Amino acid sequence: MSDHHHKETFITKYVFSQDHKMISKQYLVTGIFMGIIGVFMSMLFRLQIAWPEHSFSIIEAFLGHHQDGGVMSPDIYLALVTIHGTIMVFFVLTAGLSGTFSNLLIPLQIGARDMASGFLNMVSYWLFFLSSVIMVLSLFIEAGPASAGWTIYPPLSALPQAIPGSGLGMTMWLVSMAIFIASSLIGALNYIVTVLNLRTVGMKMTRLPLTIWAFFITAIIGVVSFPVLLSAALLLIFDRSFGTSFYLSDIFIQGEVLHYQGGSPVLFEHLFWFLGHPEVYIVLLPALGITSEIISTNSRKPIFGYRAMIGSIIAIAFLSTIVWGHHMFVSGMNPFLGSVFTFTTLLIAIPSAVKAFNYITTLWKGNLQMNPAMLFSIGLVSTFISGGLTGLVLGDSALDINVHDTYFVVAHFHLVMGVSAIYGMFAGVYHWFPKMYGRMMNKTLGYWHFWLTAVAAYGVFFPMHFIGLAGLPRRYYANTAFPLFDDVADVNIVITMFAILGGAAQIIFLANFFISIYKGKKATQNPWKSNTLEWTTPVEHIHGNWPGEIPAVHRWAYDYSKPGYDEDYVCQTTPLKDGEDPT
Amino acid sequence: MTAILYVLLAIVIAVAIWQVTSIFNLKEAIATEKDNNTQGIIFAIFGIFFYGLMLFSFWKYSVILLPDAASIEGESYDTLYLVTMVLILFVQAITQFLLFFFAFKYRGIKGRKALFYADSHKLEMIWTIVPAIVLSGIVLYGLSVWNNVMDTSDAENPLIVEVYAKQFQWEARYAGEDNELGLANVRNIKGINTMGVDMTDKNALDDVPVRELRLPKGRKVIFKFRSQDVLHSAFMPHFRAQMNCVPGMITQFAFTPSMTTEEMRLNDETIAKVEGINKIRAEKGEDPYEFDYLLLCNKICGASHYNMQMKIIVQEEAEFNAWLKDQKTMAQVVVQ
Repeated sequence: MSDHHHKETFITKYVFSQDHKMISKQYLVTGIFMGIIGVFMSMLFRLQIAWPEHSFSIIEAFLGHHQDGGVMSPDIYLALVTIHGTIMVFFVLTAGLSGTFSNLLIPLQIGARDMASGFLNMVSYWLFFLSSVIMVLSLFIEAGPASAGWTIYPPLSALPQAIPGSGLGMTMWLVSMAIFIASSLIGALNYIVTVLNLRTVGMKMTRLPLTIWAFFITAIIGVVSFPVLLSAALLLIFDRSFGTSFYLSDIFIQGEVLHYQGGSPVLFEHLFWFLGHPEVYIVLLPALGITSEIISTNSRKPIFGYRAMIGSIIAIAFLSTIVWGHHMFVSGMNPFLGSVFTFTTLLIAIPSAVKAFNYITTLWKGNLQMNPAMLFSIGLVSTFISGGLTGLVLGDSALDINVHDTYFVVAHFHLVMGVSAIYGMFAGVYHWFPKMYGRMMNKTLGYWHFWLTAVAAYGVFFPMHFIGLAGLPRRYYANTAFPLFDDVADVNIVITMFAILGGAAQIIFLANFFISIYKGKKATQNPWKSNTLEWTTPVEHIHGNWPGEIPAVHRWAYDYSKPGYDEDYVCQTTPLKDGEDPT
Repeated sequence: MTAILYVLLAIVIAVAIWQVTSIFNLKEAIATEKDNNTQGIIFAIFGIFFYGLMLFSFWKYSVILLPDAASIEGESYDTLYLVTMVLILFVQAITQFLLFFFAFKYRGIKGRKALFYADSHKLEMIWTIVPAIVLSGIVLYGLSVWNNVMDTSDAENPLIVEVYAKQFQWEARYAGEDNELGLANVRNIKGINTMGVDMTDKNALDDVPVRELRLPKGRKVIFKFRSQDVLHSAFMPHFRAQMNCVPGMITQFAFTPSMTTEEMRLNDETIAKVEGINKIRAEKGEDPYEFDYLLLCNKICGASHYNMQMKIIVQEEAEFNAWLKDQKTMAQVVVQ
């Protein structure tokens, strides 16, 4: 890897860069941009949910012919929730989170000059960029974007007669996602190969920081499950465009019988959730990895139960591939299968509990440094527990029956994977910003950002459980058609107010982020007094990461406050003293 | 046009913020001892907010929850639900307390060194084995309820009803005197035969098509679900019942209604809920609401998904039988 002597042009440095640090920044900025769109959409449909017949000039301004006098149409409402889900799950929390931090940290923390293949890494980003562009463009077509829910269950997603978004909008959704999957597979393969082959001298697998373990296992889950979504999407494209009947059968719509015969939507559900459930962990595990690193550093304590943490990551990853049926308890699947999936699903609670308790124990008798990243990490543990526990209701086939597809589910998964993962992402940004941009983010704005977000997140999602328990289904354009739900209207107003607060709080983050890139305080080499290798590289980025030899590693990443040392951190590059217990 | 104004406004605000950002460079970016202290205390306050929000929600929103289950199977559902909820709230209360308390208690102080405590085999075993045992109990209990609820065997001479979904309404068909539904397929849909019943099947002739679902109290009902266009989900929350309606296949669910509509209207929890609703409706100048069981669609199915519903009436069995006898059969409805 001698190419750090190459002459760089603007194009090769900032646009078609093969440097993992630049690619990581590209992922982050693209992810943030998509995040702005996704969150803004949620603001619009929350207005609709809280005040269904009220006219809003902001809706009039942004929704064009999809609204009438400031009131959105039911079709665009469904489109907004669909694209909100798609963008947040895939473009923000998969590419934006995993893409950013896997790229930044894998080479830096394992001691490598770059990814195994810089070229493929660049291809991966640009495919992601292309898929983002297609997804965003689909918002502007006449009939509106895809609107069959982010799970795009056929026949609704297959038949433009059933909903206008299932025409060109759905086609663009499928094309965008197919490209996205290619991007994420290329990325994941690169991460796996890099972690396995390019670790520096002494960096045994059992000395890797937990961030790397999380990214590594996440990449494996992605490689195992994303191709299945791709095949599901391809078969759907066949059904839509070439008249096959993989998912469709016996359909009578708008006065005519369609030719489809013998297919089953349940097949699609199986294929979709074979990715769909592992996807939850593709989103969550990197956030948990980031949290492990940040909690340990800022507690000035070793992460408690390092090996148990690795074991639980692996256990979660394995189990995540055999639980997809818990999304289908009432799909018409054989009830015996439901029993099996209940069993495997509730097993996941064990490694999850281990992780939660280990985080809490790491805090115990620590010396907590309350940096913004630490606040978000503690917040993550809180929402991970709150959201995870309601999984005991939803994972239990019998209990799922009456809360399935209600707002209870919406509250559950937003807390456990939405808010938790986004907290992990924010924590990562605050923590590694100095590594990415050579400057520090503003601390005070970080505190305001966290506390407003934390209050808003619980303010939104805690009351939301009750609406679900009242029986209100999700994806309802309005609950005005049922007097039964008149009494949830007030709760919805409370939720929307907290949602607007939460959305507004993100403006603080955006300002802090973009201004700090240019005007932030200059970073020192190791601002958080951390043990890991990325802080041994110079503040100014250089291609190849280390100016001289790559340092050798002599210990694990978590020797914080180790007895026998004056400082409360011992870098991984420090050799063991005579007779020192290597932990 | 207005959209552009919004965007311009956002840009102006961003530039304004930009102008006051020279402070960025002056501020210390890393948490000081003072920050640790303040933020630790805020965590304690946030913990109180958190418990307050939980208690407030339970106090304020309990009344909007669904009333007691209206089916025999639903009663076992409710017990399982209660047991699970108690467990969840117990664990939630303890773990969140520890989290916020530790964040407060161990907020950083200059010069203090954290305890180097990397592992404890014993602790790890405790929080692997205890959850495992508790979960085994939950799984076994849950599965026994599941097996009971999902039992669609016809051992107890159940009533057979087909529930038929389409954008955006429900229909239903009783199996008639032979208690056997005639065959049906969307390819037979024609005129008044909206469910595509196969009139050449002799079981079909005595079937009874209806637009309002009535059920007998105390007799098990087996529902057979079909859909004619996209996925729908037949959700009957008061009976703790839900099953998807899938084009191209027949799905099933069963329950035994245990309270008539009249009885449910006199249930304490229903009365409280209806009072709450009617207070809101009175403020808006709307007619008072009277409780009824509902079948609603719970799988996204298109523009009017939010208004796809059918009333369910539960009656004493004799009353129900008399009503059913008065309804026209398929043979009477469809003139060949």
